[in-house]
Amino acid sequence: MRYRYLVPGDDFSMAGKASAEVKRILGQLGIDPAIVKRVSVAMYEAEINMAIHAGGGVAEADISPERIVVTMADEGPGISDIDLAMTEGYSTAPEWIRELGFGAGMGLPNMKRNADEFGIESEVGRGTKVTMLVRFAAAAPAAAQGAEREASP
Amino acid sequence: MTVRKIVEVLDARVVAGEGDLDLEVGSACGADLMSDVMAFVKEKVVLLTGLVNPQAIRTADLMDIRVVVFVRGKSPSEDMVEMARENGMILLSTKYSMFLACGRLYEAGLKSGGVREID
Repeated sequence: MRYRYLVPGDDFSMAGKASAEVKRILGQLGIDPAIVKRVSVAMYEAEINMAIHAGGGVAEADISPERIVVTMADEGPGISDIDLAMTEGYSTAPEWIRELGFGAGMGLPNMKRNADEFGIESEVGRGTKVTMLVRFAAAAPAAAQGAEREASP
Repeated sequence: MTVRKIVEVLDARVVAGEGDLDLEVGSACGADLMSDVMAFVKEKVVLLTGLVNPQAIRTADLMDIRVVVFVRGKSPSEDMVEMARENGMILLSTKYSMFLACGRLYEAGLKSGGVREID
C-alpha cells in the first residue's frame, strides 16, 4: 500500500498530520505499538523539518507486510554539512521555531535512532530527501541497542 | 499515582478527559521542546509543558502520552481540546510554574522520569 501526503510549508499547525495518519493506519493493521511509535516519531520529525526549513514537501509511505518505507522529499535549501546536521543539539532553526517547541537539534538524530535503515541525500539549493525503513518483525531496533546503523543502498 | 491525585496536588483545572481521572501514571516529564520529548521519553509519562500549540497534543499522541499538564496557568485553545478529546487524552492546566509543578508531583511520590538512559 502506498500513501502520499503533501506537507504544507506555510501552516505549522498542520505539520504532523501525515504522521498521525500513518500511525492510525499502522495501528489498524495491528502492528506492534512500539514499532508504530518509532515510525511515527521518525516521520513526525521529518515533517516538522520540512515545515520549518524547506517550505513543505511530499511525504510518502510504502507499507508491505514486512516493513514500511517512509520517504520525505522537499525542494528546500538543502543541507551543506550533513554530518554536522546529524549531531545531537545542532540546529539552524530560528528563534520563533524554538518558541513553537522545536529546534532542539534532535530531529535528524531522532529519525536515525528510530529507523532500522536511514538514508539522507541533500543538495544545496535543490532540496533534501530522507528515506527511513522500519521493519515490523520483532528484531531489536537500533534505539533499543543504542547502536547506529547506516542505511543500506 | 492517579490523574485525580495529580489534579489535587497541582490544584489543576481539568480541561479535557473529565471521565478518565482514575487513570494511573507512573512517571512524568517536564519539557517545552517536543523533540526532546521524542528523543528521551520511553514510558507513558505525564507531560508537563509550557508549550501551548497543537504540536504539544500531536507529540503527546505520537508518544502514547495520555495526560498533558499545561503549566504557568496556560490554557489550550479549543482546537487543541478537540484534538485531545478525539485522541482520548486528558488535559490539565495548573497555575504553578514548571519547577514548582514538577517539584510538587515529585514530593507527592511521582519520582520516575520515564526517560531512556542518557549517556
